Amino acid sequence: MEINRMKPRKTILFILLTVLLAVLFVADLSFGSIRIPFGEAMNVLFGASSDTINTEILLNFRLPKAITAILAGASLSVAGLMMQTLFRNPLAEPYILGVSSGASLGVALVMMASAVLPAVFISSGWGMILAAVIGAALVLLLVVGVSFKVQNSVSLLIVGIMFGTIASSLVGVLQYFSNPDAIKLFIMWNMGSLSAVTWEYLQILVPTILTGLLLAIILTKRLNGLLLGENYARGLGIPILQTRVLIVTATGILAGAITAFTGPIAFVGVAIPHIARGIFRTAKHQLLMPACVLLGASLILICDIISQIPTHTLPINTISALFGAPVIIWIILKRK
Amino acid sequence: MSIVKTSQLSIGYAKGSNKTLVQSNLNLELLRGEMVCLIGPNGSGKTTLLRTLAGLQKPLKGNVLIQEKNITEFTQQEKALQIALVLTDKVQIENATVRDIVTLGQHPYTHWLGGLAPEGREKVHEAIRMVHLEHKTNHYLNELSDGERQRVMIAKALAQDTPLIFLDEPTAHLDLPNRVEIMLLLHRLAHKTGKGIILSTHELDLALQAADRIWLMSSTEGVICGVPEDLVIDGSFNRVFQSEAYYFNAANGNFSMNYPLNKQLSVSGDKTRLYWTLRALARAGYSVTADAETHIKISEKGWEINGKILLTIEDLLQELSTFPEI
Repeated sequence: MEINRMKPRKTILFILLTVLLAVLFVADLSFGSIRIPFGEAMNVLFGASSDTINTEILLNFRLPKAITAILAGASLSVAGLMMQTLFRNPLAEPYILGVSSGASLGVALVMMASAVLPAVFISSGWGMILAAVIGAALVLLLVVGVSFKVQNSVSLLIVGIMFGTIASSLVGVLQYFSNPDAIKLFIMWNMGSLSAVTWEYLQILVPTILTGLLLAIILTKRLNGLLLGENYARGLGIPILQTRVLIVTATGILAGAITAFTGPIAFVGVAIPHIARGIFRTAKHQLLMPACVLLGASLILICDIISQIPTHTLPINTISALFGAPVIIWIILKRK
Repeated sequence: MSIVKTSQLSIGYAKGSNKTLVQSNLNLELLRGEMVCLIGPNGSGKTTLLRTLAGLQKPLKGNVLIQEKNITEFTQQEKALQIALVLTDKVQIENATVRDIVTLGQHPYTHWLGGLAPEGREKVHEAIRMVHLEHKTNHYLNELSDGERQRVMIAKALAQDTPLIFLDEPTAHLDLPNRVEIMLLLHRLAHKTGKGIILSTHELDLALQAADRIWLMSSTEGVICGVPEDLVIDGSFNRVFQSEAYYFNAANGNFSMNYPLNKQLSVSGDKTRLYWTLRALARAGYSVTADAETHIKISEKGWEINGKILLTIEDLLQELSTFPEI
């Protein structure tokens, strides 16, 4: 589709969204149990501050957290966008289709079977990320496998939810047989938190998410063709099976990797693509994908800022659900 | 020159070792610039044949040759350069404009991010022009009528710029003006652009008028090919569409219903009024014979029966219903 003749309205929207994201990013650095003013935050960022406490909080706690928020929003939204196109269902997203539960199962296996696995594998973060990605991709593959047999998108959604339930139940079984320390670790993870991600983990998370996003960008053209349905897409020369596998891989990487570190974050994946479509009034993935990145990142930053307001930090999952669930109701009402 | 040719083709579905044969031993040929209509009762295999010719499913036996090359030797991308499809699948895309959809037809030619070259953009406009939707180029798909949506899908196929276009029931769910318009449009396209067009349809009368050639599919005798008029005259239509409830009327190219006629009348009068009177009488169960006792005389004034003049057919039928037994 045409990208080199973008309408001025859309260019302005992109600029506005980028500015919004930048503002929210700084705001997120500034808010918290200890309030650091904008100017001071800027000073710290550019190495001009002498306050060691502020520097410590900002650089080692809030900055990685804000970066994680951006990564989480971007990856979950793009994953949701791809799944909505693949399943041709407006409600498809990583959390609803059980992808997050699959990732949970992977993480639970690694955390609770830690007696068996070498310690380096777990502490480096690679073990968690790998287990989560595999768990996420496995559930997705099952759902895609069923989608060959079940064409009806509502049935498919229910099948996805069931797979998610099975994965959650398996996690429950695992918990039953695990020691209290592992269970506590897992429950903390499962509440969803952006602050668990340190600079060390970011070194793993950033390249993984970028790989997933790159794959998604490569897939934009095929995703456009898939909008017509698989038969038409085949007629346009798109290899369907390969495309499905690639979309599942990209989604697994994006949703799995972020879930591994932050825990499941609900409804961002379903809400953001719809908001992006509503704002840009387009179906073209080469516009929707960057829009999802900007909007998703902004939304998680907002969620994080809100979660800082009470004295005790709220789990990010509850805030994002408060945003996402109404959007789902709105979609259903709009579709009648 | 033939663009599509099949030899000893068997079509159907294979699920594991379980094969369902739909049609066998088909030897068909489509020429450049020709429009073929695929006609047949439900279940005779129209969609299966189209899907097999398009390479969407494998033949059970035999070959499909596209431009003298076996379709199994084409890659997905190469097929997309030969054949454009218009399917019965419902296309429901939020926020997509007519131009967006038609542009998707250029998919095989765009670069990796989907960008269009200037000549590609020209092809898209040309395709929209050909289906007369220039005034709706920037309209969203869900603002269009069913007929316009179908024309958008045809424009998408045109933008794909292939020597072949296959359409599965392109006139289904459309009203009469739209059905006629689409048939005419496809006919014109085949002749003007030299493309080969195959479409399946249930519109017998339209197909008889618009098709250069008809592939008549029957469940019992395979596929009968020929110029439409020949198939009417040699009785092929009547054989394929045999039924108790209706018959193929070779006089006007339509299906006529077989009513149970158990009451008799005789009728005389002017031609047009006579024709429509006969139809109404047939529906009411009257057969018209010359020697029946009751007679209806049709004139300028109306319908005269037993010395009484009735002004409309409705009154006539009302009057007849009061007669004890005829």
